[in-house]
Amino acid sequence: MRLDLAHIQRWIRPGSRVLDLGCGDGEFLQLLRDQRQVRGTGIEIGEREITAAIARGLNIVEQNMDEGLGNFPDQSFDTVVMAHALQAVHFPDRVLDEMLRIGREGIVTFPNFGHWRCRLYLGTRGRMPVSRFMPYNWYDTPNIHFCTVKDFEALCEQKNIRILARDVVGNTDRQPLFASVWPNLFAATAIYHITR
Amino acid sequence: MAPAVNQHSVGIVEPRVARFTEPLALACGRDLATHELVFETYGELNEQRSNAVLICHALSGNHHAAGYHSPEDKKAGWWNECIGPGKPIDTNRFYVVSLNNIGGCHGSTGPTSINPQTGKPWGPDFPPLRARDWVNSQARLADYLGIDCWAAVVGGSLGGMQAMRWSLEYPERVRHCIVIAAAMKLSAQNLAFNEVARQAILSDPAFSEGRYQEQGTLPVQGLALARMVGHITYLSDHAMANKFGRDLRSGSLDQGNDENVEFQVQSYLRYQGSQFSGSFDANTYILMTRALDYFDLAREYNNDPVEAFGHAKCSYLVVSFSTDWRFSPARSREIVNALIAADRPVTYAEIEADEGHDAFLLPIPRYMDVFSAYMQRVGATN
Repeated sequence: MRLDLAHIQRWIRPGSRVLDLGCGDGEFLQLLRDQRQVRGTGIEIGEREITAAIARGLNIVEQNMDEGLGNFPDQSFDTVVMAHALQAVHFPDRVLDEMLRIGREGIVTFPNFGHWRCRLYLGTRGRMPVSRFMPYNWYDTPNIHFCTVKDFEALCEQKNIRILARDVVGNTDRQPLFASVWPNLFAATAIYHITR
Repeated sequence: MAPAVNQHSVGIVEPRVARFTEPLALACGRDLATHELVFETYGELNEQRSNAVLICHALSGNHHAAGYHSPEDKKAGWWNECIGPGKPIDTNRFYVVSLNNIGGCHGSTGPTSINPQTGKPWGPDFPPLRARDWVNSQARLADYLGIDCWAAVVGGSLGGMQAMRWSLEYPERVRHCIVIAAAMKLSAQNLAFNEVARQAILSDPAFSEGRYQEQGTLPVQGLALARMVGHITYLSDHAMANKFGRDLRSGSLDQGNDENVEFQVQSYLRYQGSQFSGSFDANTYILMTRALDYFDLAREYNNDPVEAFGHAKCSYLVVSFSTDWRFSPARSREIVNALIAADRPVTYAEIEADEGHDAFLLPIPRYMDVFSAYMQRVGATN
């Protein structure tokens, strides 16, 4: 289980309805179903991931977020989750609006581009960072909208999105010591619990 | 080795007949006093009677969905790719029931049967049918077999429409509804193609206003033409280009050559047409295309599919194929979106396939994977 997913579980009430945008192979939805009796739906575009998620007995709809989420009615879910996909969608700001139209609350996780390693890489080499966690080159990366913790919070303020909680995880299993104090510098992954 | 002897085949199967003597009230207001259904079953019904899967056939289908009728039989049932040991509808796990619908021409009561009131074939006097009539007669077959609740009702194309109708008419008797390459209603373009097909039959002099059986004639030309039109709509432009292109079967397009030219696609279509017209009944074809035309899932629910699906209690799998232009992925997404809005559990996959509408009959790897994965879930809750 990815660290960010383990973290956000506690924000999801047992028995609630959850929509997982870009649910992958459904590992997280299965956990929520089995441990929190959540009624979940996932959307995904990866063929192998969809089959794997169906085999887990989950409800998965093949749908591309970039083509809109208008088929999901207003406030039809308790929580809409988007883990590690914000940076890969065409219009992250619109997706955030859609998340909070469809769900009462949203949970977003993304790789923080303000992390000191990224800054160091760019600062010393003058090249776009490539690492174990972001293994792509600038021209072939699916991650087309990188942002930092500060960028995300500025967008939330501009959109009147309320941040209920912020959490961070580092690159290791240990909770990064400085990340809660200086998240923009030390959070590898930023996690936000949001609402309107 | 005969094709029937194969670890992934249900092997040799034998059709059975169920006779129903209680009148069946039809949507048109008439009754069918008695009727027979011919059907096949594959696999074993478990002790709890909870592993039964109903197969609903499409326009020209029948009860013979899998296996072979004899060791010499070269042609397997129409959905043999999907039904059998280790196949998506795994007969090691499920008890599969496949019937010929009433109005059909493969053994169930239909236009070619004798009308007990006149002692002559029904012909064009056979009552017009709706998908719900098929569903009601299938429910009687379930009673006959001692099946209270289907693990899944499954269908492609017109079969998918019956599956959806099942989920609304008998919500307590369906746990999973599998709808493949279908739609909630036909488009104007679909209606238009069906009308061309019917006109082809009606305008054949041998049709004799539908009384060809009594007259001792057969409208083979009209029926073949109807099938040719239909067949074009089952294939994609791409599939036809791949299979035939502009290849010639005979003749030459060289200058100075005046012999007749025949393209491969012409001869293929004519072959399909003549094969079909030798084995299918024209009145059944008219009846089936009309049932298809009249189908509108939400008509009785204020034309609101969300309200319609609000009456269902099952989970759904919806599958479409990228190059299917008869029932395009957009039609399937309408089903999915109505299910989402009605808060029904739904899984949807849009399969990349070059074969058009026909893809639902073919063993396309991703289709098989998705179908198998979903059927695992169906089986897990038996």
